[in-house]
Amino acid sequence: MHEFRVQVGPAAFRIGSRWKQPLEQLTLLYADYPKPDIADFTVRLDAPSPLRRFVRRQVAIDGDYMLPDAVPLPFDQALLAAEMGMNLQMALGWRRHLLLHASAVERDGRALIMTGLSGSGKSTLSAMLGLRGWRFMGDEFVLLDLVSGAAAPFPRLISLKNEAIGAMQATALDGKFGPLMQGTPKGNIRHLVPPADAIARMAEPAQPALLLFPRFGYPGAVREVAPGENFMRMTQASTNYVAMGEAGFTAMTRFIKSVPARAIDYQDGDEAVALVENLWDRLA
Amino acid sequence: MAALPTYYKAEPASQLLIEPLDAMTLVYHRRSGTTHMVAEPVPEIIAAMRDDIVDAATVVSRLLANFDLGEAGKAEAVIAARLEELADLGFVQRVSASA
Repeated sequence: MHEFRVQVGPAAFRIGSRWKQPLEQLTLLYADYPKPDIADFTVRLDAPSPLRRFVRRQVAIDGDYMLPDAVPLPFDQALLAAEMGMNLQMALGWRRHLLLHASAVERDGRALIMTGLSGSGKSTLSAMLGLRGWRFMGDEFVLLDLVSGAAAPFPRLISLKNEAIGAMQATALDGKFGPLMQGTPKGNIRHLVPPADAIARMAEPAQPALLLFPRFGYPGAVREVAPGENFMRMTQASTNYVAMGEAGFTAMTRFIKSVPARAIDYQDGDEAVALVENLWDRLA
Repeated sequence: MAALPTYYKAEPASQLLIEPLDAMTLVYHRRSGTTHMVAEPVPEIIAAMRDDIVDAATVVSRLLANFDLGEAGKAEAVIAARLEELADLGFVQRVSASA
């Protein structure tokens, strides 16, 4: 097994791989990240059977936490397998924060949090805002501190999907991109290394000040989200709410009661950025 | 012979974390680790039960002090149904008449 280690926000990962090549990609893309001595989680990339090590190679995702029914990915999607493996460890194993499936950016020490289903644009929006004066904090998980309520960054590689790939390639001209992976379970995927300040400041939390539920592909609109609906959506967006018990309840209710929430619909990135800036000026 | 009223006792206040939001109220039940989203009159019923062993009629009479419940006879049937649901959720316990 070959090995690679990386620290993303508060979490330290060790990735073991049957092959060297996926780790070379990770080494390149995570070049500026700290390398921890001790890992919180181990992810293993291995062939689902001895034959698949060599012939029509496939990568199965294994690790401290795993999904027994996960389908192996083709070898040229090994980078995606590593990223999925790290996300899985967080989603199933992290207990030091209340974990929200959301993206986040920061300005003036306060965080804008965006959550929604896959395809809502939360990842692309956070990446776009990260190029327009905001600090990118993460596009997959927001980690709420159980005592202070602050959001800890988790700035892993930005996972761009389908149309977002072209949009970000046109915007992030100096961006460091991973390989284009076509025909993945979520369509085409290409990873983008977050801006330098996102990595340098990955240990710096921010107090949540605005929560948005973006929805891509609908005429521009803003709707207030009532606390009851907000609570229901956020508990669905949290992978460890139930496991966190009373600490999770306390952190979630404080978040719901203290952070204004709006649902926004938009049809293109510029429109979304304008909506976000306007809401931030008025509410945050 | 008329059926004996069922008596109930609410979970001790220390077991329930209650957070009113809007039309909904969140109740975290420490003993089960479960979060419930409830609407009126559930929080009001739990408050009216205090720490006592009560039947539906007693809850209704206590609620009448603060709320307009309409016809008392109908209200009692409604409250009795809610108490049974709360017992199923584990918020209140049924207490046998001989206890």
